[in-house]
Amino acid sequence: MKPVEIVKAPDGHSGAGFFASSFDEVIGIARSNSLWPLPFATSCCGIEFMATMGSHYDIARFGSERPSFSPRQADILMVMGTIAKKMAPIVKQVYLQMAEPRWVMAMGACASSGGIFDTYSVLQGIDRIIPVDVYVPGCPPRPEQVIDGLMQIQELARNESLRRRNSDEYQHLLESYNIE
Amino acid sequence: MNTNYLPSDFLPIIVQFVLAATFIVVTMIVTHRIGPIRKSKKKDDPFECGIEVVGNARTPISVKYFLVAILFVLFDVEVIFMYPWAVNFKKLGMLGFVEMVLFMALLLAGFYYIIRKGVLKWEE
Repeated sequence: MKPVEIVKAPDGHSGAGFFASSFDEVIGIARSNSLWPLPFATSCCGIEFMATMGSHYDIARFGSERPSFSPRQADILMVMGTIAKKMAPIVKQVYLQMAEPRWVMAMGACASSGGIFDTYSVLQGIDRIIPVDVYVPGCPPRPEQVIDGLMQIQELARNESLRRRNSDEYQHLLESYNIE
Repeated sequence: MNTNYLPSDFLPIIVQFVLAATFIVVTMIVTHRIGPIRKSKKKDDPFECGIEVVGNARTPISVKYFLVAILFVLFDVEVIFMYPWAVNFKKLGMLGFVEMVLFMALLLAGFYYIIRKGVLKWEE
């Protein structure tokens, strides 16, 4: 068995019996290592996510220990599978009800772009209705790709400024999606 | 050892209670104040898997569900006791057998009573 790796301490000043760093760094590390996913699985990508959650790939190693089936305690919305246009308001409602800070992963070709379903009934990518942070390509993506996507979001969370969600840029982003 | 305590000797306990209560209240106020908050009509709606909210969660439910649940508990407990009894059937011998029959007779008497009372007559 490999030894357990512990997250490295952020940059900061240390001395006898104390360590000082910025909130940005510490909270970023804390957030990035305990991202709770909300699986929004509508089709085959969801099956692939189940494999990712299972013991073989084990997404829990990355701090996503607990899949949250309520948006209130979730950090990442993982949209997996074809989102029909009738499903779109539901995805949006679930996203709206998540607490800040929240991230979104579009998993698979369908969630990212509509995939092969270039038809009148299918939403051509969930970024038409909600802002997406990470796209995972594939049809369906392998669990390794899902884990890589999660690690990308971890990277985003680690480097996100605490003020980002209050910034004008972010407000404009939400407004462009008609989100209050 | 001193066994005569004055009421004032219990002051530390009151202080501890006050401290505990203060800690809870202060933590609750602080966490509500320092966290970023984004509220909107849709966000404050109850979560019903993203589907439009329908009705109130606290609606009256037919008492029949409760009766079925209680009936289940009756037999559930009975079976819980019967398993270890069956495993140790020979060891417990005649006494165990009589005890079990008594136990079951009691439960079945209750069961007979509620059947007569009409617990399974749902249509009426």
